[in-house]
Amino acid sequence: MYPSDLKYTKDHEWVRVEGQQAQVGITDYAQKQLGDVVYLELPDVGRRLNKGDVFGTIESVKAVSELYSPVTGEVAEVNARLTEKPEGVNSDPHGSWMIVLQIANAGETSDLLDAAQYIELTK
Amino acid sequence: MPQPAPGALKKTPLNARHRSLGARMVAFGGWDMPVEYTGIADEHLAVRARAGLFDVSHMGEIEIAGADALAAVQHITSNDASRLAVHQIQYSALTTAAGTFVDDVLTYKLADEHFMLVVNASNIMKDYNWITDQIAGRGDVVAVNTSSRHALLALQGPGARDVLQTLTGVDLADIKYYWFTTGEVASVRCTISRTGYTGEDGFEVFAPPASAERVWDAILQAGRDAGVVPAGLGARDTLRLEAAMRLYGNDMDETTTVLEADLGWIVGWKKPAFLGSDVLHRQKAEGAPRKLVGFEMLDRAIARHGYDVYLGDAKSGVVTSGTQTPFLKKAIGMAYLPAERAVPNTEFEVDVRGRRMRAVVVPMPFYKRPK
Repeated sequence: MYPSDLKYTKDHEWVRVEGQQAQVGITDYAQKQLGDVVYLELPDVGRRLNKGDVFGTIESVKAVSELYSPVTGEVAEVNARLTEKPEGVNSDPHGSWMIVLQIANAGETSDLLDAAQYIELTK
Repeated sequence: MPQPAPGALKKTPLNARHRSLGARMVAFGGWDMPVEYTGIADEHLAVRARAGLFDVSHMGEIEIAGADALAAVQHITSNDASRLAVHQIQYSALTTAAGTFVDDVLTYKLADEHFMLVVNASNIMKDYNWITDQIAGRGDVVAVNTSSRHALLALQGPGARDVLQTLTGVDLADIKYYWFTTGEVASVRCTISRTGYTGEDGFEVFAPPASAERVWDAILQAGRDAGVVPAGLGARDTLRLEAAMRLYGNDMDETTTVLEADLGWIVGWKKPAFLGSDVLHRQKAEGAPRKLVGFEMLDRAIARHGYDVYLGDAKSGVVTSGTQTPFLKKAIGMAYLPAERAVPNTEFEVDVRGRRMRAVVVPMPFYKRPK
């Protein structure tokens, strides 16, 4: 359910670290809590984010939630296809990346949770 | 609104069924209720195409009885209850002296001197205390809170009648819209009314709490081949909004009059004076200052309850309900606007978390079922 090659946050984002870059999405647990996703608002490429900053909003039929940056960095890519078809977050949460961050401080990634720790958090 | 601790939440007789069906449960009006089973959109579309079964046992029932019961009901509610035949139902408002809503209710005429009001879950005690105070000294009449004596199941959708018919000897075709009868459903003595909160044909079944699971199971079993699914409060909310049915606490409350909520059709204009009737007659003559309208978003955004409405730079009203609807696939909602602008095609803006998003007034209802 929670791939072991991903890292996780207490705010229910997942992070795939590849070299100096990090793909970010939201977890299966988060999409289940939200229910049917209808809108996704993401930042522009180039935006600088501190760890914990709001980088966007995700909206389901019943609620709005903010998306929090798991690490400090600059937005290198934005998944525009996902904003067009945001229901992908429900059908394939761990395959639906939202942004790619250029990581500013590699040390921060070691603060992220591994799959076992995240599963424990959602119990 | 502060929510009580989970342990303090009330449970309907079907709580265990919701949990075994894997529902996501939420606190709603002090009750532990299913918000969704498989997903709001799935359940919403199932109700529009086939049928859905809702547990609405959290709703309250207050009976009003006695030789002067009709006069009492006439005094406390806006609609004209003298027009009801036995076994007939009407939508009405429990009004304050200011013509605003204590609650919105369904009035059931059980017998000539016996009525039942079906009220919102979060208002049961408020309504009961209010009614008791208002009818004191008005002759031979008493109010009784019978909420704990009823479970309430709503089977809604184009397939509802055929499914329910397999479980009852009552000829459901004989029950007209907003009428009810009594009879057995799955061998359980029930009150069956042709009412609902989804914009579809359907029935609401009042069952004794001890038999609620039996009726619930029987309906789901009988409806399996017809694609009947359990549906939660999430779909109930999106369905009622498409049908432009008001939600107490969102679209109207003790600060909004019956006319402002654009519900003039539930005011008995020719009946004797009732609580707030002077205000409503004056607003009818002079025009209410604001009116509830339906809108569609023009920009890609959902306007939600409490978001501010702008006409130009002026803050001019507030959104009362809003969602992305699964069937119409549009962002729609309701909002209060100044009366002179509360007409179709008026464009306005909504402050969606700091951004101005455009919307346009459209006629209600948003959805009308095919005949």
